[in-house]
Amino acid sequence: MQGYTGKFLEVDLSTENTKNVTFDESVLRKYIGGRGLATKILWDRLGHQWETVDPLGPENILLVLTGPLTGFFPGGRICVSGKSPQSNGVIGSTVAGEFPIELKCAGYDGLIITGKAAKPSYLFIMDAQTEIRDASHVWGKNGKQTLKMLTEEGRESLQKRFPNYGEWKEPSILYIGPAGENKVRMAAVMAKWTHAAGYGGYGAVMGSKNLKALVVKGTGPLPEVEDIEQVKTLIDKVSEECYGADAFRRWGTSAAGYEVGAKDSSEPVRNWQEEWHNQQSFGVNRFEQRVWIKRHWGDFGCPITCMKIAMPKVGPFKGAIGDNPDYELQAYLGPNLGVFTPEESVYLSSLIDDLGLCGIQGGNVLGLAGELYQRGILTKEDLDGIELEWGNTEAFAALAEKIAVREGIGDILAEGSYRAALKIEEMKGKNVVQYAVQEKGVALGAHGIRSGKDYTTDISYACSVQAGDHTSVAYMPIDHGDSELAVILHDSGVYCWFTTFALEEAEWDFLKAVTGWKIEPEEWYKTTALRILQLQRALLLLGGPDLKWNPRVHDDNPPRFYEPLPSGPYAGKKVDRAKFEESKKEYYEAAGWDENGIPKSEVLERLELEDVDRALKEKVR
Amino acid sequence: MTTQKRIWIVRDYLRCSGCRKCEIACSLFHENKIWPEASRIRVFMLVPGAEVPHLCTQCEDYPCVESCPVEAMSVSTDTGAVLVDKEKCTGCSLCINACPGRIPHIHPTEKYAVICDLCGGKPKCVKVCQKGKWDALRTILKADEQWAGHDRAYELYALTPEEITRDLVINLYGEAGEELI
Ligand code: SF4
Ligand code: SF4
Ligand code: SF4
Repeated sequence: MQGYTGKFLEVDLSTENTKNVTFDESVLRKYIGGRGLATKILWDRLGHQWETVDPLGPENILLVLTGPLTGFFPGGRICVSGKSPQSNGVIGSTVAGEFPIELKCAGYDGLIITGKAAKPSYLFIMDAQTEIRDASHVWGKNGKQTLKMLTEEGRESLQKRFPNYGEWKEPSILYIGPAGENKVRMAAVMAKWTHAAGYGGYGAVMGSKNLKALVVKGTGPLPEVEDIEQVKTLIDKVSEECYGADAFRRWGTSAAGYEVGAKDSSEPVRNWQEEWHNQQSFGVNRFEQRVWIKRHWGDFGCPITCMKIAMPKVGPFKGAIGDNPDYELQAYLGPNLGVFTPEESVYLSSLIDDLGLCGIQGGNVLGLAGELYQRGILTKEDLDGIELEWGNTEAFAALAEKIAVREGIGDILAEGSYRAALKIEEMKGKNVVQYAVQEKGVALGAHGIRSGKDYTTDISYACSVQAGDHTSVAYMPIDHGDSELAVILHDSGVYCWFTTFALEEAEWDFLKAVTGWKIEPEEWYKTTALRILQLQRALLLLGGPDLKWNPRVHDDNPPRFYEPLPSGPYAGKKVDRAKFEESKKEYYEAAGWDENGIPKSEVLERLELEDVDRALKEKVR
Repeated sequence: MTTQKRIWIVRDYLRCSGCRKCEIACSLFHENKIWPEASRIRVFMLVPGAEVPHLCTQCEDYPCVESCPVEAMSVSTDTGAVLVDKEKCTGCSLCINACPGRIPHIHPTEKYAVICDLCGGKPKCVKVCQKGKWDALRTILKADEQWAGHDRAYELYALTPEEITRDLVINLYGEAGEELI
């Protein structure tokens, strides 16, 4: 098999046993890797009892998977998955960095982690050798401290093992912060300081397994490919296209903090009460002028390097290091909290990253708390004395810290917007869920749908198998490059979404040059990706144990999106329910789902998913 | 080729994006594989943001060459690059200890030291870094004949990744940087 090492490392943290696992070529051709293969593994191993599997119990499986194109397609990523403590389904959550490259160079396509360690532990992998190590000394440490300590320790181990090698480059590390340790459902799996596999809550899954970090060094080459000359040509071709994207390379997604609000009216402002702002203090030029200290930053093989490193140099937030931040954190830890300066936004995102919280989920729940405070539903007493006024950066920071350690109200908010809203509703006897801007337990990405100006539409989140995930939205036509089925390709591949924009056909050419498989778009959209979609949909609907989704009720938009936009050039616009029902029906039809949103028997049969059909018949239909 | 016409690779660490395209280009050229650990230029990231593309500086006195007990190393008369004879080299690592920047390393699967050979005069790493407009690597002539035509102290750049990182984090992060190393 070309493009793959052919081996996956399985580690049982309960028994401390490790073994190599392989998959037949026929399975890999169908499920590729990353998100696709994760879904397949989870279905095979846990599908029969899915609704009883506690995502935060030892029975859950943590998957950390590369794909055949990882390291070859410019902009490699790795996919983290498992049963999600947010959606109770499967989310493929990808993160950049050198981890997948080191892992492949160590001889593994991925990690399958089961059970629960008796005490805080981390995995240290060097080529064929794996150790489960004590992590008591890094437990409780924030992101920057954890990375520093494990980098040092990792290099020392390598130096000791091979003293004559010369200077060892650092091993690559995925880790959790305090939020993950405390099983906060919004905890991310982190890389470097600022990179996060955020959607899904897999940081909490790592925490539930007492697993602080994964550390890997691989000394081999990337696996053999079908046609190395063609791969070289394709790398150059895709890179050249990306080099030409001057505006995107210069500003990355960070220009959006102003533009998505001012131009598109689709940015969360004060917990989505508005989606428009024109605060020029939040313009990308101000970030550039005031806080950028590195203008082009990226990871292995990336031709775009859209990230920026930012740090306020004076004032109360001096020395807080973060990425620009990128648009999602900029919006959620900016206008969404009534914050409109670069310094405050960089500080908040630096803090959120250090705590190991997902910036989207974290910013969303902070916004919810802000609105509940504004409405008098949560009081200063409820918040242990915090005065959560919009724009009060220190107050939101204090609340974020409470969430990460589950202290006081933080313990409830740590459950994420939807679950927290349900609890507060019960506590206060007042309607709260209507203020939670989320989809099936997953806070929405920072792209609203009311103005109709953004790339998202009324079915984007409501019908996605990854719920609120803005990188994987339901889209019509379903066989289009913007649809969830196309996203499944790069999430399974596994590589960056942004590097695919310029040259869409390159993905198919790459797949062939690396693996030798000639998969045509037709086959992908009608069969391969559709099969993965059905599996994800089935597991999402099986759900449980704490929450289960009924598509007739839950394939819907947050109530807020049916309220008219109160301000800006698109004031008055809202989601039209009748129109939404119409688009939903069309999408169900295209996806092969019946009028209740459940995958149809004949479609499942055609895709050779008879066992899925049986499970749905028994438990869902 | 006269010394003055020789090239030197400028390394502007603060412009390095961490894209590691140079590692990919170098290993593809020398190994026909993507192989970061076999690349003659290695991008260290001991602290995020302070990426250090680490490669030979061609010291004037070549302490690595001097240190080799089996005469496996020589200096290219064309480019001034250090050349390693793969057959003779035993992988003893004395050259690594002799190098003020501990820049060479042993090939991950073979028994010989790997050192930048300037790709025979047309550095692949520089080419890709330039194409991507990062400009962290650039070639210059070692001395400008008309302007102060003396040889510069290029050997100053032979520092260990730790030493370079320590300087860079202060430059980048100021006081906050002191806690990062
Ligand atoms: S190619 Fe240039 S910018 Fe990229 S890692 Fe190498 S030196 Fe840095
Ligand atoms: S930098 Fe190191 S490897 Fe290069 S010439 Fe000097 S001593 Fe030799
Ligand atoms: S000049 Fe050539 S051998 Fe030297 S580091 Fe660059 S690519 Fe590698």
